[in-house]
Amino acid sequence: MTFKELFRITLGVVTASLMGTSAFAAQTNVAVAANFTDAAKEIAAAFKKKTGHDTVLSFGSSGQLYTQITQDAPFQIMLSADEERPKKLISDGLGVADSQFTYAIGKLVLWSKDPNLVTGEATLTNGTFAKLSICNPVAAPYGAAAIETMKSLKLYDALQPKLVEGANITQAFQFVATGNAEIGFVALSQLRGNTGGSRWLVPQNLYKPIKQDAVLLKKGAGSGAAAALMVFLKGPEARAIIEKYGYAFDSNS
Amino acid sequence: MTESKMIEVAFRGTLGRFALDATFMVPATGVTALFGPSGCGKTTVLRCMAGLQRLSEGFCIISGDVWQDRTTFRPAYRRPIGYVFQEASLFPHLSVRRNLLFGAPRRRQISAATETHFNEVIDLLGLDGLLDRSPQNLSGGERQRVAVGRALLSEPKLLLMDEPLSALDRQTKDEILPFLERLHASLSLPVIYVSHDIAEVERLADNLVLMQAGRVVTAGRFSDVLSNPALPLALTKEAAVSLDAVVRSYDAKYGLATLEVDGGRFTAPMPSAPIGSRRRLTIAASAVSLTREPPRATTVLNILPATILSATPAGEHETVVLLGLGPGGSGSHLLARITQRSWDDLGLAEGMIVYAQVKGVALAPA
Amino acid sequence: MQDLPPDIWIAIRLTIELAATATVILLIVATPIAWWLSRSRARWKEAVAAIVALPLVLPPTVLGYYLLVLLGPSGPGGFVAGLWGARTLAFTFEGLVIGSVIYSMPFVVQPIRNAFDALGDRPLEVAATLRASPIRAFWTVAVPLARRGFLTGTVLGFAHTVGEFGIVLMIGGSIPGKTKVLSVAIYDYVETSQWHEASILAAGMVVFAFVVILSMMLIEKRVSRVGE
Repeated sequence: MTFKELFRITLGVVTASLMGTSAFAAQTNVAVAANFTDAAKEIAAAFKKKTGHDTVLSFGSSGQLYTQITQDAPFQIMLSADEERPKKLISDGLGVADSQFTYAIGKLVLWSKDPNLVTGEATLTNGTFAKLSICNPVAAPYGAAAIETMKSLKLYDALQPKLVEGANITQAFQFVATGNAEIGFVALSQLRGNTGGSRWLVPQNLYKPIKQDAVLLKKGAGSGAAAALMVFLKGPEARAIIEKYGYAFDSNS
Repeated sequence: MTESKMIEVAFRGTLGRFALDATFMVPATGVTALFGPSGCGKTTVLRCMAGLQRLSEGFCIISGDVWQDRTTFRPAYRRPIGYVFQEASLFPHLSVRRNLLFGAPRRRQISAATETHFNEVIDLLGLDGLLDRSPQNLSGGERQRVAVGRALLSEPKLLLMDEPLSALDRQTKDEILPFLERLHASLSLPVIYVSHDIAEVERLADNLVLMQAGRVVTAGRFSDVLSNPALPLALTKEAAVSLDAVVRSYDAKYGLATLEVDGGRFTAPMPSAPIGSRRRLTIAASAVSLTREPPRATTVLNILPATILSATPAGEHETVVLLGLGPGGSGSHLLARITQRSWDDLGLAEGMIVYAQVKGVALAPA
Repeated sequence: MQDLPPDIWIAIRLTIELAATATVILLIVATPIAWWLSRSRARWKEAVAAIVALPLVLPPTVLGYYLLVLLGPSGPGGFVAGLWGARTLAFTFEGLVIGSVIYSMPFVVQPIRNAFDALGDRPLEVAATLRASPIRAFWTVAVPLARRGFLTGTVLGFAHTVGEFGIVLMIGGSIPGKTKVLSVAIYDYVETSQWHEASILAAGMVVFAFVVILSMMLIEKRVSRVGE
């Protein structure tokens, strides 16, 4: 109970400062999963160019964003890193029914800064490293996917003592980037522009696909800008950007 | 064979805008008063002697022991000093007893001698009832006495006192002064006593270092300096001499004691006087008048023959006459402040023998 | 308390160990720094004071990142870890202690320095005239008279480390029994929307901090009554 109240107060302050300037520029507030940060920014720019609407982006882990939304945060759309939370929002009555769709499919990668370390599945089997970095499984699906992968390869028990958890996907990445962990499971989108080191794109059959779903929230139900963005996300310009950043698409959408 | 038992001091440097250039040499016995107006640098000299402050040039040798010269500087905690600050500065987190023993040398066994010494100091300063109190609960006078005791118990070879009575009110000062006099009488420890109050100095000093504007004007035996007409001291309206006297006899019927100084005897009222005890007499220049012939049938008790040593003009129309008691004026000095006219009318001159009538003799209380 | 899983008690014990260890080290490291800052006349001393105070204004993410680099194989931490065959000090209890010490340093240095400043020069001068060497004067005069500052520094350092979250998250790796402290556990509960457990833990931390601070204050009152 204390947490709810604390959040309410904090959000009151945050909201007051967010409710900024003009009410006339059509604007939409979007909660974005941390791993989609760079892609979201580029999409927002393209969206503005095409429609003239402004997008205010807030980044965080899906869990944190979900909590904020349940505490009345002024978001109109949520771009989650998983499919569970949008589903939950709809069942909580905070999301608009039937508005949920997969906007991107995340790809898991085993990565090391050392160009010789990662060769493929064998790297995990050989286990010649002290620390393996993953994201906290409850914080983002990439963590759960990493564990799923190791279990599929029947290596989880052997590797578990070597695991270190980053609080979010960014931290998991930083552990490897600073060399503190020799190797780690990160999102393909994080390796964009990074050609160094060695990597193994984990085969999709080893883990449940990381479907990143978007949902229109009740607060965005009447907003023209929000509706337009939901449409834009499914369109070709957005898709091109999303693919560029290392995500894939469901064969169905 | 006697070792040089002198205190040799020279400090030169600047503190902010204040320039100090003080040099003096006094015997390492008795109380040496460091006297001068406020701001003349006397506290600075004291702190330099203690090693608490370091000027660009410093020179400090005590009885042949070099504390500071061009190549050495012994830090304060290595100098065998006792220092009494103007504000007692007792340690608030320690009881009186522990304050007192803070600087006492650590010895494996508490010897009988150490305990005796401790008790002596307690007695000397009247600290008996205060031992287990906290410094917070003491009066200003009590605190200052504890501070003196604390300095003494560190077994110093030189006691430095920086205006120890200035922060106290008149009444407390009068209470403490006797303790200091007892100290002076019973301990052979040399003391440097800084003060701007001539009354304190008169009661305690054996030697005097006179300072002004950062420089030493003169240094020497107290009685000499005080009566030296070349110095401004002798020419002030409050000019006086302080003489050390010994009680020779006592007349109980009239309550009068006879006190002998070098060159003569004085009679003064005293409540009681153990024969042979030492007292200090202060005789103001304004209390001394002169006659060329022995006066007759006068109520003045003290009439002593004296030789005129010198005469110096003072004030508008006055003259300060320096007199010497004893044969040829070789004994103690007296000052007489008379009018210019009297000097001329009586035809007084240097070398002449006259009679000094001393109207009031002030005795320092025992 | 029954609805808390057993490994939460491991996290609690770990948190207390971390805070206690960090606080002891902080007192040992901060005291000479505070003393130097108080007594020195060097012109650059306030620059040093500003550096010590940096963790007050740097966001934990920035500090955490630099710590990761410092503790890792390319930094001094990696060198030290190499002495016993490890690659890095991150993900270790020792690494957390280092991070906590750096992060809580200003909270311990400042009150101790203020207490030393409040002393003034006189008590130490008195001690010197009573044959006390600078070291003896420090221990028998300066430290007892600066008691309040030490107490405040201890309380603040301890409480700050217990509540500290960002740094630990960044360099800890959340290893149960080694680096998964209370604040990380609460974070997990919030992430999974287990607010009931989260608020129990948070309330527990608040109560604990309150008890620690209160008892320190009472001890201080008792101590200052003796000999004062």
